[in-house]
Amino acid sequence: MKKLRKNVYMVCGFNTISLGTGRKEFHPKKPRPGLEQYIQEAGKGVIAQIPSASLVDECVISNFMAARFCRQGNLAALMPTIDPSLEFKPSTRVEGACGSGGLALYTGVKSVLAETADVVLALGVEVQNTVKAIYGADYLALAGHYATERKSGHAYFFPAKFSDRAGAYAQKYGRDRTRQAMAHWYVQAIEHARKCPKAQEHHNETKDLLAAGMTTPNPAAFVEELNFFDCSKVSDGASAILICSEEGLVRLGIPKEKAVLVRGIGQAQADLTKGPRDLTELTTSKEAVRKAVEMAGVAVKHLGVLEVHDCFTITGLLALEAIGVVPPGEAIDYVIAGKTRIGSELPTNCTGGLIGFGHPTGASGVRMAVDLWSQLTRQAGDCQANLAADRSLGLMVSMGGNDKTTSAVVVQQAS
Amino acid sequence: MDIFERLENVTIVGAAGKMGSGIAFLLAVQMAKRKLSPEGREKTYQLNLIDTNPAGLQNLVGYVRDQTVKVAEKSIVELRNLYRERTDLVENTEIVEAFVDEVGRLLMPTTAIEGAASSGMVFEAIIEDEKIKIDLYRKLQKMCSEEAFFFTNTSSIPITTLDKKARLDGRLIGYHFYNPPPVQKLVELITHGHTRPELVEAAKQLGKLLGKKLIPSNDIAGFIGNGHFIRDGLHAIAEVERLTKQGRSFAEAAYMVNRVSQDFMIRPMGIFQLIDYVGVDVFSSILKVMHRYIPGAGLKSEVIGKLVEKKVLGGQFSGGAQKDGILKYEKGAPAGVFDLTEGAYVAFDRSGPEAWTSRADRELGPTPEGWQAWKKMVGNPRKDEALRAYFQTLWSQDTRGADLARSYLKRSAEIAQNLVKAGVAASVEDVNGVLLNGFYHAYGAVTDLIPGLPA
Repeated sequence: MKKLRKNVYMVCGFNTISLGTGRKEFHPKKPRPGLEQYIQEAGKGVIAQIPSASLVDECVISNFMAARFCRQGNLAALMPTIDPSLEFKPSTRVEGACGSGGLALYTGVKSVLAETADVVLALGVEVQNTVKAIYGADYLALAGHYATERKSGHAYFFPAKFSDRAGAYAQKYGRDRTRQAMAHWYVQAIEHARKCPKAQEHHNETKDLLAAGMTTPNPAAFVEELNFFDCSKVSDGASAILICSEEGLVRLGIPKEKAVLVRGIGQAQADLTKGPRDLTELTTSKEAVRKAVEMAGVAVKHLGVLEVHDCFTITGLLALEAIGVVPPGEAIDYVIAGKTRIGSELPTNCTGGLIGFGHPTGASGVRMAVDLWSQLTRQAGDCQANLAADRSLGLMVSMGGNDKTTSAVVVQQAS
Repeated sequence: MDIFERLENVTIVGAAGKMGSGIAFLLAVQMAKRKLSPEGREKTYQLNLIDTNPAGLQNLVGYVRDQTVKVAEKSIVELRNLYRERTDLVENTEIVEAFVDEVGRLLMPTTAIEGAASSGMVFEAIIEDEKIKIDLYRKLQKMCSEEAFFFTNTSSIPITTLDKKARLDGRLIGYHFYNPPPVQKLVELITHGHTRPELVEAAKQLGKLLGKKLIPSNDIAGFIGNGHFIRDGLHAIAEVERLTKQGRSFAEAAYMVNRVSQDFMIRPMGIFQLIDYVGVDVFSSILKVMHRYIPGAGLKSEVIGKLVEKKVLGGQFSGGAQKDGILKYEKGAPAGVFDLTEGAYVAFDRSGPEAWTSRADRELGPTPEGWQAWKKMVGNPRKDEALRAYFQTLWSQDTRGADLARSYLKRSAEIAQNLVKAGVAASVEDVNGVLLNGFYHAYGAVTDLIPGLPA
């Protein structure tokens, strides 16, 4: 499909708080909301923006690992708990590890294109603080290939996978500069998150963020090339958004300028049983972006705001290169120069990204869509970026596993 | 017999007690890791946990299990490596469970002392009573092999006495863990003229294995740790008596000295809270031992005697919570103080400016400028600078609190210097090392951070 066969819009987004260490209200031993509460909070947050839940035709729910974190499967059947009128409507659960949210968007768009729905409620959720990080690492490792990778893998499986990428990148482009760029990415993530009241790092008061980001990794306790600040944290949260046809918007009584138009969408899947082709490149993400940008018929220079999947600081750098913002190796200078900050050349992850906002894994892709929607419709509050007329597009890339399941979406404000 | 051979069969007598439990856990973990190493794979490891209290032994097994889970989680990177050839163990969960099982298999809890017979190392952490310890060592001497080494956790009784009376012939060493052993880095290593050199070597290797900091002490009752602590406590009691003579109630005086020793002196807890933590009765029995071996040095206290008589004992409940002692506790924090004259607890009262605790606080005066709570101070990256500035102002301030703190600090330094003079410690650095690592002080007793201390 070279271009979308009809207009598809996204509107009425809602994010819950990303809860976990760092939030003042978080205490590991005190009771917290669970999976169902998050689904309901995000779902109701969307429904509150439309006349009635009965106007929703279909639901998609993305989640990675509730079966282990929360001992709950069959999540599509939890969507009717948002509102009784959702009972007996179609509902689908999608899973692609940390890229699940991207799949929810993709699935919703396809339903609208297939004309089986005019209003789709896409919701992503993950609750991970139910177990200690070391056991959570087991569950998250299932995004890798269990049979060939897990036994030989590290206790902290994914940090080690991306540590390998950081090591390869550092070797190729310079160790000191890579470390500095990763530290600068961390600083930006926290400073953006401080502007967003729902971000997990909103309460972060660390004075010298750069010094924290520069902490020397300790492989005896963690991994070779990453420190704790290089990693997104363990998060609980949910995000939801409506995916609509033009008829759907009319039905909801929502003016077009309140919505974003999907200009292009691309999904790319790599082979789970094979390692990355090139540790210094997110090859699959690159492919998803290529498809989305081609479908949109635009160039990277038209992008005014980005949402990238920075599960680790190094992934943030690699994502900029995969999108084509800069050539390979040049993300270092671009990030150190602060060009991805709000108010600079290409504001990226304006609510903090996975490191700053938080990473409720199965929700992150949907969260990105919500944040792009609020940016492009100028509802982003303190996180609002200035969008030049010739750079009015937003791009997001959602990624699952070690660059295995990827989705990219290009949006612009509808008119 | 090297240390690893000795690790194959170890005994802890008094294993169900607070110190014994901690030592048991530390050793069990090392033994299990050894079992997993290529050198240990074919061997059998056995940790005999001996205690007279069967219920205590059952609790101990649970305690070791819980602690092992935590340590396994923390050292998961190392454990995955130790288990790398076990293809059936894939996830962290499985590795942790396997290690907990490994540790569990080592444990042989029993009430029969005969369990110690084939051990290469025997740790003793029973009640601090010379006669009972000697009886035990006599039994052990008869049943154990001539190669067995003995490690006593006594904190006061001279090792020579125990060694001689049980005819251990230099096979007993003082190995004084601090409470709780899994957390506290310090072990006081007490040797005497006849300690076997191989035993000293084994003790050092073991210290390394357990990740402990060993500080040598000479074999004089109380050693360095209690040598300082007991005299420090006696100074506090003397101050209370002095303040009482000036017209304050016992409760007021004890409150003031406790607050000065915690806040004004930036220590982790006030002196009476520390005595309660150790146990007033334990403090009393150490005092008696020290008085017996070091007569004429004023190592006695009527106040302590009376407190014990009135069953004001402190110590901990089995769950670890603090029992009431000289202070009364609510949710682990001091909330009142025992008035020896009245024979009853008096709750802290800051309900108004004239309430007794408010008055006592007012009399002490504010903490000098630059003050930081102990926890903040030890975490301060520029701790020395901050302490030096703080003590400078403390020394120039004319308040009751500052005055009490100054004389307390001077006394603490004097005690440390006397320990060196008496040949207990080799240097003031060793005394400081004990205070920093065993008592978590933020600074040593003799330090140039404090102006005006006798050099």
